[in-house]
Amino acid sequence: MVTLRKSTQFFLLIALNLLVLAALVLHAEVRSREPAARRSASRILVRQLKLSDLCLFTEARYTRHPAMADRHAPFQDHPLALEHFPSGSLVTPPALRREAK
Amino acid sequence: MTPSLQRHLNILDFALSSLWRRKGKNLSLLAVYTLIIFIIASIVFFTQALKREAGLVLQDAPDLVVQRMVAGRHDPIPVSYATAIAAIRGVSEVTPRYWGYYYDPVTGANFTLVAADDPQLKPEAIAIGSGVARTSRISIGDFLPLKDLKGSPVLFSVQKIFPSASELVAADLIQLRQEDFLRLFDFPSGRATDLAVSAGNPAELETIAAKIVHDFPDTRPILKSEMLRTYDSVFDWRSGLVLVVLAVAVLSFIIFAWDKATGLSAEEKKEIGILKSIGWETTDVLLLKSFEGIVISLSAFLAGVSLGYLHVFFFSVSLFEHALKGWSVLYPEFKLTPVIDPYLICLLFLLSVGPYIAATVVPSWLAATVDPDAAMRS
Repeated sequence: MVTLRKSTQFFLLIALNLLVLAALVLHAEVRSREPAARRSASRILVRQLKLSDLCLFTEARYTRHPAMADRHAPFQDHPLALEHFPSGSLVTPPALRREAK
Repeated sequence: MTPSLQRHLNILDFALSSLWRRKGKNLSLLAVYTLIIFIIASIVFFTQALKREAGLVLQDAPDLVVQRMVAGRHDPIPVSYATAIAAIRGVSEVTPRYWGYYYDPVTGANFTLVAADDPQLKPEAIAIGSGVARTSRISIGDFLPLKDLKGSPVLFSVQKIFPSASELVAADLIQLRQEDFLRLFDFPSGRATDLAVSAGNPAELETIAAKIVHDFPDTRPILKSEMLRTYDSVFDWRSGLVLVVLAVAVLSFIIFAWDKATGLSAEEKKEIGILKSIGWETTDVLLLKSFEGIVISLSAFLAGVSLGYLHVFFFSVSLFEHALKGWSVLYPEFKLTPVIDPYLICLLFLLSVGPYIAATVVPSWLAATVDPDAAMRS
């Protein structure tokens, strides 16, 4: 039985890993070309119901609708309120908004 | 095969044998390294895919939403503002939006109620998101009791369930007729939650927003670009979710590399001394140590990135599920469209493989320049 030298075994392992990675890149490419049907269901609802946010975190108002949240959203209950929702540590306060001029 | 290539292959063989001799230590090192890359890659893939999805799905969001602010907080806006805003040059349509939240004490979930004109929706009938159907265990034809302002339950029959493909925007939605919405919440008459404004030319939005603020100083316009930017900033690597986990992963990597860089074990020093005494050049020793670093870091990088991809796009980020759910009872179940950003992958490669090789080679170089006799005796 032929025993491969260690460097050859290593190269084969790396080649296998690269092949897996290439297959995943191909998978991403193929999947990104077929999104129309899946995404169109969401887009239709966004258009019909005039939605402004993604439904990612439903626990608090400002994490359900971060784009519509108050300016000081995480501290909205009162100025020294401690943040009490776990996703509040994941969702940052909204970006700087238009100030009344 | 050229002698130079043969020499490199021989050193690589030696490096692999040397790693295998300390397999317990090196395999655990490889496992920790792969885990760190896996976590960072999962976050990168997840946030990139969500950012792209938000950008594409919210393309059809209202051009501009006008909120009324009272004492710094969002308040129902008089519908009469809509007429005045519609008269601003460039505005093509102003639609009052009626929406709000409903806490369901039975399931403990928060629902988003939206009133929208749908001629097919019957009175006291609702269309619900798949998340609502799943949480409340109801389907078409069933009734969902919602308490009105006086605490009396109003029975709404489920007429439609939004397709599960729309969970990313509609998992917690309950759509009902406008009169039902107004009655349920005893909403002040002549008021809406906010106004959705459409403009013929998107380039005029800034001017329209400034005009609205000028005419109605108690309002706050939110542009579509600002809505999109919100998601960009939530999932940007510099903030929020990504920063928290990235910081932990990067810190553990630094500790890990630091441990490696602060010195070689006595056994490794002795090995370098022996190699030098039997005629190895310093460059050969450095090559050996570089190969050891490359074998570990390249294997960890490739395995970590592939596992991260599988975790996010095949197993729906199941390991982060608890962090993402928080206290939410209702959580959307969605499959993301895969995105691989070559720039971020290259950055991940440079930031993980480069420092690790440097952390392996530098102490070896210091040890390799010491007299072999001293190294063996140390």
